[in-house]
Amino acid sequence: MADSPMAVGQHSPALQHHFADMEQQRQASSLGMWLFLATEIMFFGGMFCAYLVYRYWYFADFAAASKSLDITLGTVNTAVLICSSLTVVLAVRAAQLGKRQEQVVYLALTLVLGLAFLGVKAIEWTSKFKEHHIPGAGFHFEGSVPQHPGQPVDQQHAQIFFSLYFAMTGMHALHMVIGVGIFSYLLYHAWKGSYTPEYHTPLENSGLYWHFVDIVWIYLFPLLYLIDRKK
Amino acid sequence: MSEHIVPVQTNVAVWLALLVLTGVTAGMAFIDLGPFNTIVALVIATFKALLVALIFMHVKYASERLTKVVLIAAVFFLMILLGLSLADYTTRLL
Repeated sequence: MADSPMAVGQHSPALQHHFADMEQQRQASSLGMWLFLATEIMFFGGMFCAYLVYRYWYFADFAAASKSLDITLGTVNTAVLICSSLTVVLAVRAAQLGKRQEQVVYLALTLVLGLAFLGVKAIEWTSKFKEHHIPGAGFHFEGSVPQHPGQPVDQQHAQIFFSLYFAMTGMHALHMVIGVGIFSYLLYHAWKGSYTPEYHTPLENSGLYWHFVDIVWIYLFPLLYLIDRKK
Repeated sequence: MSEHIVPVQTNVAVWLALLVLTGVTAGMAFIDLGPFNTIVALVIATFKALLVALIFMHVKYASERLTKVVLIAAVFFLMILLGLSLADYTTRLL
């Protein structure tokens, strides 16, 4: 049914015709985003499940392989991601309050932090290549199992650890790359002033995505880096 | 209900808590707690994830019950995946 001219006059320009009002429209997109995140939870859940099973089976070899990861870079990267989550929250808040300049600043900071995370990840992966810790024909892992100095690390088991390490941090990094793309788009539109207190759904839902990717890393960090660090 | 605007102080407090917990979890890894190292690390990670979800993702303030249903359902099915898989693999006689 066509809207009466009077009702059209009262519409926010961002309201699409199949929604009754802005609140209903916002709730519908929010629900859609949460459903997408539910599929993402199951997607990463499969990899976490595979990781946990192998870690239980080959604990000693996984502990040795985990020790070769750089805990300082891992911790720094966790902090970088947490800071980026704060800037995202503040960007959404700036949109809710209609502060365009703040939005632009916080979105730009988010991009910088996201790229910093990926840069640190690139450094870590490069050193894995140099150490021959890439699963495949050239794989070689020196060293012995923690607490058992005489027992060499099983090459096959260590390879499984690094396969899972690259699959999980790789999928996480892919999500970060997509996030950086999304936030570049948001930055452009925030600059143009597209997001107002009435309508900033893209910013809000992209924020949910960014926080989700942060939560994935919150679990990846202790599981991959901190298996068995004790002396 | 319209969306909730979280005060800056709350966001900054959550951010500081997340940073402190990151330091704590990295530090705890060097202390020998036996099998509890993993448990402590996962409890801290879950606490951090809850902070992010409840405050940063506005779940605590969400007026839509459907959002919470979707989230709880997702976590429930994740627990089925992890719980039943591990109940199998950790009790096999190899």
